[in-house]
Parts: sequence; C-alpha cells; structure tokens
Amino acid sequence: MKKKNFFLAHKQFTFFLILALLIILGAVFAPVVTGGADPLKGSLTEALEAPSRAHIFGTDKMGRDIFTRVIYGARASLSATFGVVALIFLVGTAAGVTAGYFGGWVDGVIMRVADMMLAFPGLVLALAVAGIMGASSRNAIIAIVLVNWTKYARLSRSLVLKIRDRDYVSAAIVTGSKTKHMLFSYMLPNALPTLIITATTDIGGMMLELAALSFLGFGTRPPAPEWGYMLNEGRACMQSAPWMMIFPGLAIFLVVVVFNMLGDSVRDILDPKEA
Amino acid sequence: MKKKKLALRLAQILVVLVGISFVTFLLTYLSPGDPVRNMYTAAGIMPTEELVAETREELGLNDPLPTQYLRWLRNCLRGDFGKSYTLNKPVTELLLGRLWPTVKLTLLSMGLMLLMAVPLGMLSAVYKDRWIDYLVRGLTFIGCAMPNFWVGLLLMLAFCVHINAFPVISSAGDLRSIFLPALTLALAMSSKYTRQVRTAVLEELNQDYVVGARARGVRESVILWRNVFPNALLPLITMFGLSVGSLLGGTSVVEVIFSYPGLGNLAVSAITSSDYNLIQGYVLWLALIYMVINLLVDASYGAVDPRMRAKEQIR
Repeated sequence: MKKKNFFLAHKQFTFFLILALLIILGAVFAPVVTGGADPLKGSLTEALEAPSRAHIFGTDKMGRDIFTRVIYGARASLSATFGVVALIFLVGTAAGVTAGYFGGWVDGVIMRVADMMLAFPGLVLALAVAGIMGASSRNAIIAIVLVNWTKYARLSRSLVLKIRDRDYVSAAIVTGSKTKHMLFSYMLPNALPTLIITATTDIGGMMLELAALSFLGFGTRPPAPEWGYMLNEGRACMQSAPWMMIFPGLAIFLVVVVFNMLGDSVRDILDPKEA
Repeated sequence: MKKKKLALRLAQILVVLVGISFVTFLLTYLSPGDPVRNMYTAAGIMPTEELVAETREELGLNDPLPTQYLRWLRNCLRGDFGKSYTLNKPVTELLLGRLWPTVKLTLLSMGLMLLMAVPLGMLSAVYKDRWIDYLVRGLTFIGCAMPNFWVGLLLMLAFCVHINAFPVISSAGDLRSIFLPALTLALAMSSKYTRQVRTAVLEELNQDYVVGARARGVRESVILWRNVFPNALLPLITMFGLSVGSLLGGTSVVEVIFSYPGLGNLAVSAITSSDYNLIQGYVLWLALIYMVINLLVDASYGAVDPRMRAKEQIR
C-alpha cells in the first residue's frame, strides 16, 4: 500500500522511471524488439536505402538495418554508461570516505591526486588514456572513470567531514566501535543520499562523454553497433544517406533526456530543499 | 598574503605538471602500439626487424623507464618535446602552429555563446514563470541532452549539404569556415550558461537593494543593467575560465567533424597513429594553459568584484 502511494505521489519520477525501464528492457530484449534481425549482417543489394516500411530507419552502406543496429546499440551504450557511473561512484566514494574519515596523510595523498585530475581538462586526459591504451570499450570506460571519480571523492569527503567531529561519532569510537563499523554504519549512510542524487544526474552526461569517445573511434570497435560510432559512420555518408546519422543521434538524445529527467526527479524526492 | 598565495599556486601548478608528465609518460611506455613501426609505416616503408631494432636503440627506447623519463623531462624543460614520429617535425612547432586556430575557435564560440546565453538567461529570469521562461528552460533542457557532435553533424547537413551556405571542410580558416564549428560549440555551451545566468539574475533580483531601488522609482531597465547585471556576472567568470580551458581540449570532436586544422584534430590523429611525443607534448601544453587560465580567472575576481578586493585588504 505504501509503495503504491509513493509512486502516485511522485508522478514525474514514476513516469521517467517507466520510460527508463522500457529503454533498458528494449536493450535486453533486442532480438524480440527487432524481430530477429541481425545487426551485423546486411545484404549489399539493400545498401543505403532510405527509410521505408521494410527498414523503418533505412539501411547503412553495408545494407544493415539501422533500426536493428540502434536497438542493439543501446546494449553497448547503456552497459558502458552504467558501468562508468557505478565505477566512479564506488571508486570516488571509497576514496572520499577514506580521506575524510582518516584525515592526515591519507587525506593528503588522496586529495592531492584528485586535485591533479581536476587541474586538467577532462576530455584531453580521457582521449590520451583511451587513445594510448588502444581503442576498446573497456579502455574508454577506464579513461572516463579516471577523469570523473574526483567529483565523488570530494563530495563524499566533505559529507564525512561534516559529521566526523560530532559528539555521537566520537562517542561511538570511544565505546569501541570497529573502524569497519564506523565507516559502513556511520560515514557511508550519511553520504549516500547526496551521492545517489549525483550519480543519477550524471548518467546522461557520462553517456554523452562515452559517445564522444567512440565517435572519435576510441570506443567500441566496429562492426559491433554503438551509437557514437554509428554517427561516425553516418558522417561519411551524410549527403547520400542522412538517416544514418539522424537516428543514432536521436537515440542518444532521447535516452539522455529520459535519464536527465529521472535524475532531476530523484533529486526532487531525496533533496526537497534544492528543488 | 597575496604574493604568498600566488607563489603557492605556481608551486602547485609545477607539481601537477610533473605528475601529469609522469602519468602520460608511463601510459605511453606501457601502451601496446609500437612507435617505431608506426613511424616507418607512416613514411610508407615496410621496416625489416633489424631496422626496427636499430631505430629503437637510436631513439633510446630500449633504456629502462626512469632513464627514459628523466631524459625526456630534461628535454621538455629546455622546451624540446622531441620530434613527431609521423609528421617528422618538432612537436613544439606543430603545436604552436595549431594553437592559434584553436584559440580563434574558442574565442569565437565563447562570444557567440554569450550572445545567446546572456539575453536568453536575463529574459527568462525577468519573465519568470511566463511562457518565455518555459520556452527558454525547455530549450536549455534539450540543449543539455544533445551530443555536441550530433549538433555539428545536423548543422552541417542543414547548412552545407542542403543550402550551400558554408564549406563542409573548414580547413581554410577564414570566418566563413570557422562559423559552423564555433556555432556548434556555442550551442552546446549556451544551455548551461543560460541556466546559470537565469539563476544568478533571479538571485540578485531578490536582493533588498532591488526592492529599495524600485521603491525609489528607479527605472526597471536601469536596475537590471546597472545593478543586477554586473552582480550576476561574478559566478559567470568562474565558469568562463573553466570553459575556456576545457574548450581548448574539448574542441577536438568538433574539429574532427569539420576537419578544422586545430589542436584537437592534431591530437586525435596523433593518438590514432601512436605518435607518443606529440601526445605527451599536447597533454602537457594543454595542462599548462588550462592551469594558467584558471589562475588568471581567480586573480581577476578582485578586479571585477569590489567586495573581494575589500576582503583581501582586511586580511
């Protein structure tokens, strides 16, 4: 009963949550959605066909169905994005909570490293890392995590510092609470809501960064379908087949809109004062 | 106090630069690509095994990591970042040649962005919760979710393919060919800035001095442009500095789309051809530029905001 009320009370959140779940389900059940078409195979006799009833988004220069590739591309884009967000969340929070709780030289080392990453245009480093380590979706993820974890580290550190010197924390330490218990039962729960808000609002941005990297050819390797790289392929055929770049771009745009709105509504729910 | 702070910042910059130099060096050292082979293939030669081994020895690529790093660092301090393997020219010369086009692109796109974001943000704040505010907010929301390379491609499709208003390849560097790349970047940034302007102006409009001025019968336009606007400017300056810095690196995607001869395009081709010297030089130079710009931005607070100046003096 209570659950139902929650979803009814937050209509915006519910609406975008359903949309987000639909997108995820569409990616998971891509073979069903596309009716069993193969995203990697096409017939050259059907190359560069304009959108029609048989191919509602048209075909690319190898005769592959763009609709199928866009749906399958959601797998690569979504899994990479969620991977990135989960990793920066974990790495950043772990680093920040540790730095804030222990202080001293631990804090110094972690935060100086974070400063170093911040004193630096993000995409340059991501490009260099992804490019030097070789193009693959794994390396693109590593590159983006490397650049973005600092935000979470700073945030969780400042949240920990806010309660570090409270009396109840000192009392818990004095009465013999283990460090592990302090970190997981006192420090982490305190920082978590804000961090979750940040993570949900970051999904869209991370997706755009990943798409930019693979657009430049530093992400998923062809022929695997991925939206950023599909746009790159579409660029070459812009004059003869503009649909090749319109639909993958539209897919990125729509997914980012849905996740941005979802993030906004999560923030409204968890942190009413900022709304 | 001021001098000490400046010295501290400069020292910080130095530490960060050394750190970054080590990281980039380590990355290239560990990377799977072989620069020697790439160098020869770029020149159109299929190298024999002996030739590869010989060249590796000659370039000192067989030395242990610390030796290589220190030698490289010493050369860097002399301003010598080595030669680009693929283009066979000194890295510094290549980077300097590409710096101006990128700076030009950055400045033009920042200008265009301000032309869009400031009026829209002010309109949206002054007519809060009216249709124009909703329209502007809707547009900024859409703008935030559009990948900038997609915007670039769409602009290209509209203006270069359908109406032949602009050249598809912007390598000429004149105003006509720089306009579309700059517009792409400006559109991508303006959503963020419009929101920022709106928030800042709204905050100022709620201040007591605005109520006071209105009560004294000061014209609304005077309040807006003489009082509110300059005060709302300050948070923008911080963002401005960060944007200029990240643009210098972040233009690469747009530069690639429009084949614009800037730093980003150079870097992307350097990365695809494993041109390590060039990559390292690029990363270091950009880090330096970025940090210097941020330093200048921080220093400019005092000049723009008398309140900050007062604070400095009290200390």
